[in-house]
Amino acid sequence: MAVTRNLDKDKMVVVEGSYSVAHSVKVCKPNVISAYPITPQTHIVEDLSQFMADGEIPNCEYINVESEFSALSALVGASAVGARSYSATTSQGLELMHEVLFNVSGMRFPVVMTVVNRAVSAPINIWNDHQDSISQRDTGWIQLYAEDTQEIADMTAQAFKIAEDKDVLLPAMVCMDGFILSHVYEPVVLLEQDLVDKYLPAYNPEFVLDSKDPKSFGAFADPSTYTEFRFLQEKAMEAALQKIEDAANDFHELFGRYYGGLIDEYETEDAEIIIMAMGSIIGTIKDVIDARRSKGEKVGLLKVRSFRPFPKEAIKKVVKNAKVVVVLDKNISIGLNEGALFTETKSCLYNTKIDVPVVGYMIGHGGRDIPVGTIENIIDEAKGVISSGIKVESQFTDVREELI
Amino acid sequence: MKIIPGGVCEPGTTRVNKTGGWRTFRPIYDYDKCIKCKLCELLCPEPAILPKDDGFFEFDYDFCKGCGICANECPKQAIEMVLEEK
Repeated sequence: MAVTRNLDKDKMVVVEGSYSVAHSVKVCKPNVISAYPITPQTHIVEDLSQFMADGEIPNCEYINVESEFSALSALVGASAVGARSYSATTSQGLELMHEVLFNVSGMRFPVVMTVVNRAVSAPINIWNDHQDSISQRDTGWIQLYAEDTQEIADMTAQAFKIAEDKDVLLPAMVCMDGFILSHVYEPVVLLEQDLVDKYLPAYNPEFVLDSKDPKSFGAFADPSTYTEFRFLQEKAMEAALQKIEDAANDFHELFGRYYGGLIDEYETEDAEIIIMAMGSIIGTIKDVIDARRSKGEKVGLLKVRSFRPFPKEAIKKVVKNAKVVVVLDKNISIGLNEGALFTETKSCLYNTKIDVPVVGYMIGHGGRDIPVGTIENIIDEAKGVISSGIKVESQFTDVREELI
Repeated sequence: MKIIPGGVCEPGTTRVNKTGGWRTFRPIYDYDKCIKCKLCELLCPEPAILPKDDGFFEFDYDFCKGCGICANECPKQAIEMVLEEK
């Protein structure tokens, strides 16, 4: 299915990206929101606080906490009593949550959290890259990445539906690029309450914390049972692969907008060069692809929407006939000199019959601008890979040699 | 036993999982010194000190981990910690 935006101009309003997220959360009718402000996420919880003050979110508790550790811990309790639970954070805040992230997913609470992607300290930097959420990839959370403010608004509702599915029951991070999406004003269609009510069923967990029917949650598991808990989490992630597709399709039926499920493709059908990336950089890449296509160059884009679960099969299907795959990462595993999407893409092609060279570029760290020219250079270098093989497998982009 | 995702279970599982085996020192009452002040029962973190009909107390050795708080706090030194030996 092709991307369909189907935007009704009469319904469009110009709002900040953070507002579009806050509005989506509101119409998803959360029961508990925990909030701890941190740049560039602050506007989301501010907007939600305003909605609360205006009485626009019924049956909801808005909890001010003293740290991000507490923000997520509060939602462990909230989710255990059966509350639809939401928070938002970024960067250092997300890193502080690390221990609780495992608790939430291990206890199978479908908390939804917006991560407004920002670089991590040190050196301190408030601008966008993906190091914060990528560093949490093994915590058992679903991770979805949005391209623009309409998609992040829509993805927020999809995340609740996916996370709360009884075959999944895993928490979800909905990731948007800090400032580039969170602080930009764009025309969007805000989610309609009546349609969201049809789209998103009430959250009715099988077990709830209830003093009248006491139960233990997150009980001790010794070596004789611990393995099985991890196994079941992995199975739930596998189930989420299809549920993410379903959530996108159901959304399309009701709202008329579709951006792909696990992945999206742009001009990939006959593409010799396929670029892979996540987040707001997608728009720039599409512009460059349009220009190259007009010159007859076979360049395409594979946008990854779901990083966890990792869409191995979907990726294989798209890249199998390409001559080179170029992966752009706004993160690095220091000591491996590779970004996570690159490493994992390479890994999923190994032990298969697909023999396509894959090269990686680490790009846009700490909010470094990614101009069209950078993408142009990367495409030109990819052509060199087709003609004469891989010279550099993975590398930093636009390093300012004069500073080092 | 079947695992419920999230580790949800009925309460009271610690009654089954006996922890007395963790003990290195075993507390023993000297009822001649005991004044029934109840401090040991109040301060036992387990709780593994149970009241008896005669007003004295006894240890539940299935769950006493031998932490020694009771012996330390007893105002009459009526509890002795004795090394566990096979």
